[in-house]
Amino acid sequence: MNPVLEVSGLSQDFGGLRALSDLDLRVNAHEIVALIGPNGAGKTTFFNCVTGIYTPTEGKMCLHDAEGGKTLLNGKKPHHITALGMARTFQNIRLFGNMTVLENVMVGRHCRTHAGIWGALMRDKASRREEQDSIDRSYALLEDLHLQDLWNDLACNLSYGAQRRLEIARALATEPRMLLLDEPAAGMNPQETNELEALVRNIRDTWQISILLIEHDMSMVMSLSDRIYVMEYGSCIATGTPAEVRSNPRVIKAYLGESDA
Amino acid sequence: MDIQFFIELFFGGLTRGSIYALIALGYTLVYGIIELINFAHGEVYMLGAFTALLVAGVLGIYGFPFGGILIVATLAAIVWCAAYGYTLEKVAYKPLRGAPRLSPLISAIGMSIFLQNYVLLAQTSDFVPFPNLLPEMPFLDSIEVLSPSNFLILLVSTLAMVALTVFIRHTRMGKAMRATAQNRKMALLLGINADKIISLTFIIGSSLAALGGVLIASHMQVINYNIGFLAGLKAFTAAVLGGIGSIPGAMVGGLVLGLAESFATGYFSGNYEDILAFGILILILIFRPDGILGKAKVQKV
Repeated sequence: MNPVLEVSGLSQDFGGLRALSDLDLRVNAHEIVALIGPNGAGKTTFFNCVTGIYTPTEGKMCLHDAEGGKTLLNGKKPHHITALGMARTFQNIRLFGNMTVLENVMVGRHCRTHAGIWGALMRDKASRREEQDSIDRSYALLEDLHLQDLWNDLACNLSYGAQRRLEIARALATEPRMLLLDEPAAGMNPQETNELEALVRNIRDTWQISILLIEHDMSMVMSLSDRIYVMEYGSCIATGTPAEVRSNPRVIKAYLGESDA
Repeated sequence: MDIQFFIELFFGGLTRGSIYALIALGYTLVYGIIELINFAHGEVYMLGAFTALLVAGVLGIYGFPFGGILIVATLAAIVWCAAYGYTLEKVAYKPLRGAPRLSPLISAIGMSIFLQNYVLLAQTSDFVPFPNLLPEMPFLDSIEVLSPSNFLILLVSTLAMVALTVFIRHTRMGKAMRATAQNRKMALLLGINADKIISLTFIIGSSLAALGGVLIASHMQVINYNIGFLAGLKAFTAAVLGGIGSIPGAMVGGLVLGLAESFATGYFSGNYEDILAFGILILILIFRPDGILGKAKVQKV
């Protein structure tokens, strides 16, 4: 299997607190991997390290490209990591509320387009073509996520489920190889969760994007993931297929507590 | 009431207001992106006027036509001030990114004093005459209330504001600027280089201030090292009046302040012009701190 994201020995200290300790993680091409664990286990901290928001204390993080080369992510700025092919969504929705749905997606295309201030001033042929191309591709993404009817609405006026989908559309607009989803099903009703599950599968199958997701909805995690990593207190306590993880005694203990009997 | 006098005051106010608006845009753009009141912004406007004066002087010696001199001098001022704005941000504000908000503010006041004194040393404290470079505009003769400089200021500042609006609304960089203003971290994660956007904001703001500086210098026909101070404060008032951070707000705020000053000068007394402007600032800060077009901030929970 070709790896896409490879993390080894990752640790993150905040003052005296070790939020992540010696974490190893690997996501292969066309894989859906879930990262689960109790609140405060360090799952979001992990996302923040990999996307360049935090600088990890120790460890190596590499993103592989399609040609077999790999880039070390340590010390890279977030916008650079995005350009390398990593995209993410957040637990709490972070859309640009005062911009339209289409504009939100077009902002996502920023790192794949090039028109600068001269292009804007001159409105030459190349920059106009690029602008039109950007609009077409963004609209196509909206169609894929069933948001096309809302393209001209302000993002803040969308329903909760639609906002979640728009966040994913915007992340996809950056043309990632690796998509990180932070609790995508949070606050969704069962029907929306089912649709989300189909969507995530579809992203993997049609766009050939690897997916790493943090999720608390266990039924979704179990049916969707190829592999699961379980975290507790900043360390990985178990890894394997859904069936393996489900029967792991340490996982049961972390989730349900030790029985007194 | 004398209608002729009223119209004169109206156009005088509009002219003055468009200059305020041009400078206020710089305040509001920068505030929108990094939440900093760039108090050195008025100095950039003053530098614009001086750059144009020097370039015009040199070109004048070589006998260029007046219209050509005005255009070249304006472009030179814009480029020069854009470079100043860019450098200002790199030197005085970027090292303080992440510091408490008071630190860059003090740094801004420091840069303002530095730039003023630098021009004071280089150009003395005297009022320097600014050459009249405006071409004849015979078609304005029938409209007595509108002088050529008034007309030019209204025309150029309107064009500049329309261009800015189109840029912000419809271009790739404009969208990136709006995204960065709304949520810098998220913009970074979408691949936007925030440092580049911040530099761009300073470049645009400074260019507009330079344009304002050249226009007002050719209107007043006299400049000195100190003109940026009061103009900067007035433009800041305009930006707050319209709602700081809001682009249409800066435009509306500038025009409202200009008109208010003009009418107050005409119907009461010119002595109270500044008192009126800063009285408005105080009232706005007390009763509507978010300004005319600003949105009340909802505290995030």
